[in-house]
Formats: sequence, structure tokens, C-alpha cells
Amino acid sequence: MDETVAEFFKRTILKIPMAEMMTILKAWDFLSENQLQTVNFRQRKESLVQDLVLLCEKKRASLNDAAILDIVYTQFHRHQKVWDVFRMSREPGEDIDLFDMEQFKRSFKKILQRALKNVTISFRDAEENAVWIRIAWGSQYRKPNQYRPVYVVYYSQTPYAFTSSSQLRSNIPLLGQALTIASKHHQIMKMDLRSRYLDSLKAIVFKQYNQTFETHNSTTPLHERSLGLDINMDSRIIHENRIEKERVQRVTQETFGYYPQPRLEFAQYKLETKFKSDLNGGILAEREEPLRCLIKFSSPHLLEALKALAPAGIADAPLSPLLTCIPNKGMNYFKIRDK
Amino acid sequence: MSVLRPLDKLPGLNTATILLVGTEDALLQQLADAMLKEDCASELKVHLAKSLPLPSSVTRPRIDLIMFVVNLHSKYSLRNVEESLHHVDATFFLGKVGFLATGAGRESHCSVHRNTVVKLAHTYRSPLLFCDLEVAQCFVGLSPGCGHGTAYQATLRQHPTCHS
Repeated sequence: MDETVAEFFKRTILKIPMAEMMTILKAWDFLSENQLQTVNFRQRKESLVQDLVLLCEKKRASLNDAAILDIVYTQFHRHQKVWDVFRMSREPGEDIDLFDMEQFKRSFKKILQRALKNVTISFRDAEENAVWIRIAWGSQYRKPNQYRPVYVVYYSQTPYAFTSSSQLRSNIPLLGQALTIASKHHQIMKMDLRSRYLDSLKAIVFKQYNQTFETHNSTTPLHERSLGLDINMDSRIIHENRIEKERVQRVTQETFGYYPQPRLEFAQYKLETKFKSDLNGGILAEREEPLRCLIKFSSPHLLEALKALAPAGIADAPLSPLLTCIPNKGMNYFKIRDK
Repeated sequence: MSVLRPLDKLPGLNTATILLVGTEDALLQQLADAMLKEDCASELKVHLAKSLPLPSSVTRPRIDLIMFVVNLHSKYSLRNVEESLHHVDATFFLGKVGFLATGAGRESHCSVHRNTVVKLAHTYRSPLLFCDLEVAQCFVGLSPGCGHGTAYQATLRQHPTCHS
């Protein structure tokens, strides 16, 4: 086995946490059950990795096999990447042929290889007619860098593709072109939506987030479906604003629904508006140029946090539509200009 | 405009009613639970309100003490208290009102300066307590010459490291 390939195997297997080693190797499905049983999984990790690399060498594993292992690892650790969303479109009235996965893969590979002599492309099919693509970029004169790949998850029955954000941005237009042509679309456009949570991005873009899993019983009184606020059992505590609290609960439920929110880590608003002030005069009031300002909301779970704001008394209900439109519009990057 | 007056109703027999006013319901609930755990000479009732004026109710007992709760992390909670103060009759401020400021411990999260609440309490001649409901520590702010109702002692007592 080539030295660089062996090194790539070693580094990829080393990345895998010990607790997940068996699961990931089984999902990779390259080493058979029997072969895996010959390895001692209780030894120190470095020795285990050496044994596994030897096994791969014996089985004549190729660079592509290593790339597939890398894809499997990334599928298990998708939160380690930040994902962008692209939407493709066709000309109106165009005939859509039946999608052929093999033809897509061939076409995609051909386009990239024609443009860049050195590039490693690997595919792994996934459920829901999706395909995971791993691309390691090289150039005319340099071999592909296997340690900075880009991943693309394309749902073939939809115009959407998700790509992992990469620092090597110069190749993104080429990637977009290859995707568009291979999937028989005309245009590709980057959506203003980004998150670590690929499944949440999927839910937003495919509008799958608003499904309740429990039966919706509309006769259940409102206070039993409260957002985690305990029903006060102590009769010595009296809530004066019970009616207002119920209104806030109702408005919040209407806006956010009963289902768990898709997970996003931030929302960013870029303001380019002129400064408006109630006070007459003032230094900023006379300016003609727009005031440039960036507001970023961060949270481990932004939409659930927004949902909890009004019931917690931190904000008035209803919340600003700029905040509540995020899943509907499929955006978490906004540019706000004067009309 | 309905204004709270201290003596417009007859007192209940052997009962004390405290009104907590603040925007953050969870905070008020915690405070109320802690107060009710204390021993009290009279029967204690706690009313929680987001803001004043209160919705009109004939069944509400006479209010013996109002505690305005300000979260120093939130300008909104300060503004809410400032607006609610307008609905309290001046005679209430003769020892039946107190201010509670929470969140002073986490300086980096504070958007309201401590001096703002100090000045507010001073303007209304009422005592001010600094408290952190997440951490069991309490600093008592200044305010000489104020009444010490039973319920008031309870607020102090819930934090054992607190001195007057």
C-alpha cells in the first residue's frame, strides 16, 4: 500500500473514538466480521490502529476505501462541520427525466476531473435517495489534500444540497457548477441558512419540522400544555396576571407550535438603515449614510430559546416577526435595508 | 387609573399579604416558594404580578407589603418596575414597599447599573436588597429607617449568609 494512503488510513482510524470503533467499522463494511474478530479491541488505541491498518493493507484497501471510511466517520459526527444550504433550479417548463444516480455520479466526477487534474471524489449512498459526496481538492500541480475535504449531501428527489463549510473557498463555484450540471439543473444559489445541525437544516428546508408526534387533542385545557411552567400547587400563591399569562402561552403556541423546534445556533441580522430617532437633532440623526450594524443572536438551541422568551417574562408576546420567521423563510442570515 | 392604596381595605384577621411585582415569573415563583417555607406569625399569602395596575378584583385582600423585583440583567425589568411605581399611592412608601435587585453577582451580564436601582430606592425612600437567587448569597443594600414586617424578615432569612 502506498505510504500516503497508509498514513491516511492511520489518521482516519485514529480520529474514531474507542467507544464508536466497532460501530463505525461495521458501518464501513469493508473488513468482514471474521477479520474484525481477529483484532483485539481492548488494547491501547495506537496498537489497535496499527493492527487495523495492517488488516486493510492485507485486503488491498484503496484510497477510495479510506475516503469512504472518512465519509462514515463524518456521517456519525456531522455536528463537527458547519453546513451551508444550496438550492438549484431549472428553467420553467423543462422536462425532467427520471433521475439516474449512476449517471449523476459519473457526470459529477467527469466535470470536476476535467477542471482539476488532481481531485479525489468518493460517493456513499444514504437513505431517502440521498448521496454523500466527499471531495479532496488538489490542483494541476499538487496532489489532493485528503485532510481538508468538502462534503456534499445531495437529496436527489429535491433541488437541495448541503455542503460542509470549507476554508478553501475558491473551489466552491466549480463545485456548484458540477452539482448543477450533473443533476440536470440550470442554476444554483446559496441560501442564507447555515448551521451545524444537518438534520435540523433538512427539517427546515423540507418543511418537516411542524409534525406533532403525539395525538393532538384540542379539548385539553391550555394550562396543561404549558411550556414547562409548573402549575402552582400552593394555594397561598396567587397569580394576578393569570389571564395575561394564558394569552402569552396561547400566542407562543400559535407562533411556534407544539412540536420541538429545529436546532440552530445563531441568527444574524445585518442592518443598513438610516438612524431614526425620536429626539430632534443629535449627532447621528443628520446622517445621510446608512448606519451599519450587525446583530447576532447565539444559543445552543436558538429557536427553543426564542420560544421561551415570552413565557419567561423576558420579552413581550408576540415576538418580532424578524425572529419568528426563521424556520418559515428558511433563513438565519438577514440583510435589513430601508424600504 | 387604579392606584394601590395601603389602607383602603380592612385587614384580614391574622393574615399578611405580600405582592411581588416583576417581569420574570420564574424568579417571583422561586422567591414566593422560599418565603412560604419560613415560619410566619400570621398566615402568609403571596401575590405575583407582572406589573401594575393589577386587574380589578374585589376578592383581593389588603396588601401589606409590595416588593418590586428588578433583574439587573434586563433593562426591560427595570422599565417595568418604574412604570408600575406610578400606580402605587404615595402613602404606601411609608415602610410598605421594598426593592429587590437580582443578578448583581454576574457583573458581565448586568445591563442595569447598581447605582440606578440604588437611586430609585432612595427616591422612593424604600429599602433595597441585593440578591442572587441562583447563588445563596445576599448583600443588603442601604436604607435606614424602614419597617420590618414579618414577611420582610423572611426575605432576609432565606439567605443565611445575609446580614442587615
